Amino acid sequence: MAELRQFKLPDVGEGLTEGEILSWLVAVGDTVTVNQPLCEVETAKAAVELPSPFAGTVTELLFDAGTTVDVGAPIITIDVGGGAAPAADAPAAEGTGSGLIGETNANGRTAVLVGYGPRSTEAKRRPRRGQPVEAAAARATAPQVLPEADYGSGGDRPPLLATAPDARVKPVRHGGLEAARAAEAAAARRPADPAASASSDTAGRGALRPLAKPPVRKYAKELGIDLTTVRGTGEGGVITRADVDAALAPPAEPQVGATGDTRIPIKGVRKHTAAAMVASAFTAPHVTEFLTIDMTRTMKLRERLSARPELAGVKVSPLLFVAKALLLAAKRHPMVNSSWDEAAQEIVVHGAVNLGIAAATPRGLIVPNIKDAGRLSLAELAGALSELTETARAGKTQPADMTGGTITITNVGVFGVDTGTPILNPGESAILAFGAVREMPWVHKGKVVPRQVTQLALSFDHRIVDGELGSRFLADVGALLHDPGTALTF
Amino acid sequence: MTALQQKTTEVVDPVPGAGAPHLPDQPDLVQLLTPEGERVEHPDYRLDISDEELRGLYRDLALVRRWDAEATALQRQGELGIWASLLGQEAAQVGAGRALAEGDMAFPTYREHGVAWTRGVDPLHVMSLFRGVDQGGWDPVARSFNLYTVVIGAQTLHATGYAMGLQRDGAENAALAFLGDGATSQGEVNEAMIWASTFAAPVVFFCQNNQYAISAPIERQSRVPLFHRAAGFGFPGVRVDGNDVLAVLAVTRAALAAAREGSGPTFIEAFTYRMGAHTTSDDPTRYRLAGELEEWKLRDPIARLKAHLSRTGIAGPEFFTAVDAEGDELAARIRKGTVEMPDPAGTEMFDHVFAEQTPELAQQREEFVAYHASFEGEQ
Repeated sequence: MAELRQFKLPDVGEGLTEGEILSWLVAVGDTVTVNQPLCEVETAKAAVELPSPFAGTVTELLFDAGTTVDVGAPIITIDVGGGAAPAADAPAAEGTGSGLIGETNANGRTAVLVGYGPRSTEAKRRPRRGQPVEAAAARATAPQVLPEADYGSGGDRPPLLATAPDARVKPVRHGGLEAARAAEAAAARRPADPAASASSDTAGRGALRPLAKPPVRKYAKELGIDLTTVRGTGEGGVITRADVDAALAPPAEPQVGATGDTRIPIKGVRKHTAAAMVASAFTAPHVTEFLTIDMTRTMKLRERLSARPELAGVKVSPLLFVAKALLLAAKRHPMVNSSWDEAAQEIVVHGAVNLGIAAATPRGLIVPNIKDAGRLSLAELAGALSELTETARAGKTQPADMTGGTITITNVGVFGVDTGTPILNPGESAILAFGAVREMPWVHKGKVVPRQVTQLALSFDHRIVDGELGSRFLADVGALLHDPGTALTF
Repeated sequence: MTALQQKTTEVVDPVPGAGAPHLPDQPDLVQLLTPEGERVEHPDYRLDISDEELRGLYRDLALVRRWDAEATALQRQGELGIWASLLGQEAAQVGAGRALAEGDMAFPTYREHGVAWTRGVDPLHVMSLFRGVDQGGWDPVARSFNLYTVVIGAQTLHATGYAMGLQRDGAENAALAFLGDGATSQGEVNEAMIWASTFAAPVVFFCQNNQYAISAPIERQSRVPLFHRAAGFGFPGVRVDGNDVLAVLAVTRAALAAAREGSGPTFIEAFTYRMGAHTTSDDPTRYRLAGELEEWKLRDPIARLKAHLSRTGIAGPEFFTAVDAEGDELAARIRKGTVEMPDPAGTEMFDHVFAEQTPELAQQREEFVAYHASFEGEQ
């Protein structure tokens, strides 16, 4: 007798709303035991394995690997009854009210307290007693916290935190991101009629105690202002002291309507990147110099070298030659490979070149580096470059690989861009931007002919690197790429 | 150029000893059982222990680890809100817990599941806390084990205050305050140690240095070994191998005995390693390297006791099989008990805030009930 159970994606962190299934560790037909790992899931906080809550036979995997799934959505069906059954039977197992975890009771609530959305059916919210339907509908438009936290992934259920039509209010509650999405969708569905929303606002405010901090309540009370008549502009629709003051003042000109701005919390890699960029831009006085070069010879050399046995199996990219040229030039001008130590009042000239490569990854911008890159042969450097980019793209770069960099290349050319003014990786003195290599008209041996042309941009810390040194260094890199044969003179 | 480079190393590495913090020689480390399971003697800390007690300690360690594994799995299955794993710290906790005598009081953090076990707290009472069903269901007085404290380091003040109370009652007991390495940076902990020292309060500060305050390594918390700090407060500090249950037992017993005799506080640094994540919301691979974990696996607290018991013949395969089976039974009981915990009534949150209900809370409770009654249909 088939007895199907579904395992719903739990909230494995605190307050997560979704996770990506990285890989399945079981297949349909496999027998699994309790706590056997089923799949690997990556959330905003961590990549973790999910152990099976059931013992039985896997009858269906409900999402492919690589899919992002909302918390609370069933991800796998397991037959715990010992018999095989077609996947189509799965819904029949729902709502049997057996009280088992993940199943729904007769009242439409699941038997669990935490982790999942407490509701998994289309059960409707109980209406308030003696409340007109219009008022109930209007409540959804006023900033308010609805009762009965609803963190699940359901369809048309009202959002946990409904916001005013402008939907600018930042969600603040557990599960807020999803609620905010639902609120935005709800706001989009509503007609944009200011009069209608104004009236519904009023109706809505009558239904709930307005949100305000105790000192603000006291302040309003002293001024004799009824908070239910005040529109809150604080986070989550909370009424602030300024709102109370505004309620006292004569009405101002109507504000220009909001145009659906999206507010994204600043956190994670974005926050780190921002802090690093600000620190760098406002600590090290940047100078950027540009150089346009004909690198046709290097591109031809690349073709020839790709065929050589010692470079078989590694990617021989234009970036490889830029990296090599930079390393050779840095050997001639060691001061570009240095750091400013404010605390010690010293300039640190690094003995080794730890070559950073700026990489765009799913987690954001990171700059892993190749340790002591100057000692590597061209083949070793090519291997290190491929490994570094693959590791970064897979999101597996170790913190140690991102620290200790001494000079950086940013390959903006891969995006089809000609050049830019790069910002120094904090603590370093130079960064080289490598633009796209294009066929361009170029004067070559007295004639205008199509050549492979690119632009280099070098930013350097002017506290350490003078214009002369920066220019010589950039010119050397350019010369090496223009005529790789000059490498013999380095 | 060479001189400049040499200078460089000093400049870019501002933290002394940061290069090799984890497995250095530890000349001051009290150890009675080596990682290989060899019994060694220490001049200051002797331990006379029966075979029966040794087997009991092994059982404690193994069952606590099995409980911890089940709780981690239950969190991954959506049955707990969060779980703070003690993996790797079993010996530090069991050793300290078993050192307590009748009438001594323990003040835990939120990770002291191993100490809870030694105090006879039902694991389900801990599980209910992490499931969000209640605030911890055990009787702190009956179990001589205070409720878990989530505020970092706050329990050291509670313990010190309790110890000063014992002193004023003339009771011959001691308080044992648990804390982590990160907590040593907290103001409360420093205040507690100053008070404890000034009044020679019968309290022992038991610090499990598991090397990380969430993601911040110990090198970012202290420039000296933690146990050296005790000297600054004016009482003894000792560093014990936190993965050696026998050494922890001996050192904690001695410290508690000194406290009961009126010799004042002791700071114990149990040098150990958190082998899992800080909590189930944490991903340690983002801030520490896999090689470090592999090194600490070689110092596993349970493996070394098992090696000792096997080598000396104190326990055989039947004993270990029986403990494993007992662990699986315990895990099944914990799983069943946890998933079947009924949701509490919403009104319960008003009931345990104060010993006596205040008018404000009573009113809020009424409003809460009225609000929920304002919906149609069954509650």
